[in-house]
Amino acid sequence: MTLAIEVKQLHKRFSNLQALGCVDLEIEAGEFFALLGPNGAGKTTLINIIAGLTLPSSGSARVMGYDVVAAYRQARRMLGVVPQELVFDPFFTVHETLVIQSGYYGLKNNGRWIDEILHHLDLTGRAGANMRTLSGGMKRRVLVAQALVHKPPVIVLDEPTAGVDVELRQGLWRFMKQLNRDGHTIMLTTHYLDEAEALCNRVAMLKQGHIVVLDSIRNLINSLSGCLLRLRLVPDVLPPALLPLANSGEEGYHILALKDYSQLEGVMTALRMAGTQVLEMGVLQPDLEDVFVTIMGGGGSKGPATVLA
Amino acid sequence: MTGFFTLLYKELLRFWKVGFQTVFAPIVSTLLYLMIFSHVLEEHVEAYPGVAYTVFLVPGLIMMSMLQNAFANSSSSLIQSKVTGNLVFVLLSPLSHTEVFFAYVLASVARGLAVGMGVYLVTLAFFDVPLASFTWVFMFALMGSALLGAIGVIAGIWAEKFDQLAAFQNFVILPLTFLSGVFYTIRSLPPFWQGLSHLNPFFYMIDGFRYGFFSVSDTSPYISLGIVATCFVGVSWLTLLMLKTGYKIRH
Repeated sequence: MTLAIEVKQLHKRFSNLQALGCVDLEIEAGEFFALLGPNGAGKTTLINIIAGLTLPSSGSARVMGYDVVAAYRQARRMLGVVPQELVFDPFFTVHETLVIQSGYYGLKNNGRWIDEILHHLDLTGRAGANMRTLSGGMKRRVLVAQALVHKPPVIVLDEPTAGVDVELRQGLWRFMKQLNRDGHTIMLTTHYLDEAEALCNRVAMLKQGHIVVLDSIRNLINSLSGCLLRLRLVPDVLPPALLPLANSGEEGYHILALKDYSQLEGVMTALRMAGTQVLEMGVLQPDLEDVFVTIMGGGGSKGPATVLA
Repeated sequence: MTGFFTLLYKELLRFWKVGFQTVFAPIVSTLLYLMIFSHVLEEHVEAYPGVAYTVFLVPGLIMMSMLQNAFANSSSSLIQSKVTGNLVFVLLSPLSHTEVFFAYVLASVARGLAVGMGVYLVTLAFFDVPLASFTWVFMFALMGSALLGAIGVIAGIWAEKFDQLAAFQNFVILPLTFLSGVFYTIRSLPPFWQGLSHLNPFFYMIDGFRYGFFSVSDTSPYISLGIVATCFVGVSWLTLLMLKTGYKIRH
């Protein structure tokens, strides 16, 4: 099976800054993939190399089997990129922008598909409007539309929902899910981990230019053993026996970190012995954000191996 | 080829949409030069025997406006796209560096010829300018605009800010144009400055272009055309190399 994106031993150095250090990544066709990491981790650099906007220092990247440098024309036809910055050409209308973008990919009579994209992105009413007159959210939609004019099998979105309202965000993800169902491979970066958790099947986490985690979201969450117990008590004091389990609490609640569910019984016993009444109890499942914080928080400047271990 | 024609179309549409500023305004300012210089110098100078100064001036001014506008077109388009970031749409596309180069250069040629033609047509209403050889006129108009269009691509890629581009224009393009014999024939210069003028490629563009109108020139038009063509090939090679390696645009 052809890999949608294949990155091998990719290094990128900007004068004295190591932006990417030996990145290996394989994304299969049809995946919905998230690239996560704090600002400056190298997400955009990696995307830019895949898109041909940045040249690698060493290593290679392929899109649908085409090398992004040696076979750049084929590779770029396979790829649609939504850039992070809100860029536009102020000389043209929305429709002109899309017709021109189609032309760059060698497509002459693309009107029907353009109309369909405009419809999906709720832009039909603004097709004749000059790009300058659009709001930020509208411009973002046009960027998405531009990335789709040539029906690329692989779609890359670099923080598409940064500074975007809820309605557009939901609409955008609906459209992306549909495209994914239709067979498009989708790779995105986002700082909203709940989005990644809801949409993607696999994630890679980048830290200081290295991939520190590459796994399915299910595996990642399962890897965090144990659970958190959230309690409201009367009197509002934790029995001394339970203090070692206490985690950072919130106002009026006590949070206990349990290694596994069997500890639950001990907690209940301790509470009963102390004569403490339980007003409210909830078990919190770890989510992707907990995984992210655990991985990014630990390790400081250690290399990838130590973080993985 | 569709990709190339689309980029060319986009570049043409870009300057045409602001045609008042990109075509009409330079025509007006060139005519102002013509009015003022002809008023001041008409009685004092006769560049070529039997050719009135104003008539002598017309081809020089046409060429100057063509060169300046050809340069302005590619350079300003590129710097605007770089500063606003929308160059990314071209960079993401499968267009080759050769296609990008020719699209920008041909759009520059189109704007150069549009402005030159405009100036020429308006001056015809006031002065009796002979046209000895359309072929020579057209060859020099084409090569001159293409050369300056290519230099504009270099400047647009090199400059990171608008003031750097303005510096390039004011300290390189403008002196080379003004000192190329637009307003005078270099025969009127002292020998040292005559020699220096022969090192200025812009001189050959103006001189050859003028030959097309009057059949008189300081240098043989064949030599001039050869020099201009050589410059174009050299500059194009450099420009293509810059585009191919992604100098300053693909990091």
